[in-house]
Amino acid sequence: MRRLLLRAVGAEEEVEEEEGWHQLYPSHIPTSPLQKALLAAGSAVMALYDPYRHDMVAVLGETTGCLALPNLRDKMKHHPEGYRILQERPCIRLSTLDMSRLRGLPDGSLGREYVRFLEDNKVSPDTRMPPKFVDDEELAYVIQRYREVHDLMHTLLGMPTNMLGEVVVKWFEAVQTGLPMCVLGAAFGPVRLSARKLQVLATELVPWAIRSGLNASCILNVYYEQRWEQPVESLREEIGIFPPPAVRM
Amino acid sequence: MPGCRGAGPAPGAAEDGGGAAVPVPLPGSALPCPRGPAGAPRSGRGAGGALRLPERHGGGQEGEELFFSPPRGDRPQRGNTTQRLLRHERFEVNCVSFSCPYFFCSLPVYQVFESVAKKYDVMNDSMTLGIHRVWKDILVHKMNPSPGTLLLDVAGGTGDIAFRFINYVRAVRERQLQRKLKHHQNLSWQEIFENYQEDKSDSLGDSQVVVCDINREMLKVGKQKAQHLGYSKGLSWVLGNAEELPFDDDMFDVYTIAFGIRNVTRIDLALEEAYRVLKPGGRFLCLEFSHVSNPLLSRLYDLYSFQVIPVLGEVIAGDWKSYQYLVESIRRFPPQEELKAMIEDAGFFKVDYENLNFGIVAIHSGFKL
Repeated sequence: MRRLLLRAVGAEEEVEEEEGWHQLYPSHIPTSPLQKALLAAGSAVMALYDPYRHDMVAVLGETTGCLALPNLRDKMKHHPEGYRILQERPCIRLSTLDMSRLRGLPDGSLGREYVRFLEDNKVSPDTRMPPKFVDDEELAYVIQRYREVHDLMHTLLGMPTNMLGEVVVKWFEAVQTGLPMCVLGAAFGPVRLSARKLQVLATELVPWAIRSGLNASCILNVYYEQRWEQPVESLREEIGIFPPPAVRM
Repeated sequence: MPGCRGAGPAPGAAEDGGGAAVPVPLPGSALPCPRGPAGAPRSGRGAGGALRLPERHGGGQEGEELFFSPPRGDRPQRGNTTQRLLRHERFEVNCVSFSCPYFFCSLPVYQVFESVAKKYDVMNDSMTLGIHRVWKDILVHKMNPSPGTLLLDVAGGTGDIAFRFINYVRAVRERQLQRKLKHHQNLSWQEIFENYQEDKSDSLGDSQVVVCDINREMLKVGKQKAQHLGYSKGLSWVLGNAEELPFDDDMFDVYTIAFGIRNVTRIDLALEEAYRVLKPGGRFLCLEFSHVSNPLLSRLYDLYSFQVIPVLGEVIAGDWKSYQYLVESIRRFPPQEELKAMIEDAGFFKVDYENLNFGIVAIHSGFKL
């Protein structure tokens, strides 16, 4: 009862001390293994049933990423740029981006193309869900970084935010990160596509995405915020992404 | 940042109908409790019985009647449908509770129901596997309303009890009419036709149900449901607070509160209000989650509540925290005997309770004599 009273009045720290219930970061909701399993199953079903439930895709990623996330974190730790990102914890948010400066950059530069992508597809970096069910604070940052970098992936791969584009990016990310959520999204995403798009996907886009994914270095090891001026082509070459095939999306 | 939408009237507030601005208190600030200092006897509705708040414009909408509470000396006639009530947005958030020691309950509760309103019914079905429908049916059967009953359903948000009440009364009425017609022998076809026509227009037999809820979103969902399902006659929707109901004394035949009393900050006040608005001979019925005494079942129930329900909340409604709150509020609620004692304290007689599903849910009943 006292625990509930304390929690209700916002005395979270006292609650933690009292029962060892640890909230590791502001959006953290501690969950038991059973709850994680139920969440994983439920979110998978719901994400398939209603693809517009992006929060379910996010929850699926968090609850199934227990093996892939430490892997990613270690990859970052062992790379100089990735290590710096882990230390400095940059966030891509509208509040941290200087949109007018980015818009003023030359065409073809990462910053300019990123802003163009955001405006064309009417998306914002602020709509990403914060991690909730990851029980390690550093891993929570890794998955958050992955989500923020997702939009940049669209830019680097030249893929729009329609279903086809998203599936292609998922294939690339599945190869790159090994996150089960990406693998599932890549495998099940195409069920909602038309035959023509499926054909384009299977013959051109997926092979290219896989080749690029295998060839490229870890996408989380790039400090994008310090590379806005770099031309997209040059960044693609540096990372190892092959030029996208010229298909109508 | 959560904040009060409006303030209750300060005690002795001037009778200004000119819409003078009432300062919106900051969260946590102490607002003089309109009920007077804690423990002060209720003074009723004050001068003339009219509520002291400025009138809200906006009028009644389709299917909605507005009531006003007439001065104390002028009891409303039963079945008088020309009663009109001032709608008071001030009841939206129970700011009264900031000055009471249990303030933590009210503000989070309001926001919980605001965010879950649209998915409320879906979540109820998923969490209880549809069994909540049976519970509500049992409540209305226990009520056994006859045509002409005036029901107040508090915290009735999405209208489940109200619709069941209307269905029940309609069915009873139909049976009454059929029996009546059977007894009329040797009527001409014309007389039978007229008889049938005139009773047809009175399918509810003058019964009415007023659905009262503190939350605008829940009422909105309820009204939409009513429209969708075709309920319009005998149904009213009023925004109000269970701890301070916008109705006059001795108005209703039955008062129900289904899965709502748990969310009230001061249960004793809600019970007193229930006593006040009921007519002598009126019945109080409360359907609420309660305590399971069977130890094995209790453990299974806890497991299900704490492990599964928040997950369902996250997956279906995208809202873990509200359903975590729900489960905790159930555990916090007084058990059957304690609630029975509280109901007796409010003045009700012949208070009893009936456990459903081993105590997962209980129906408490009491009479005002």
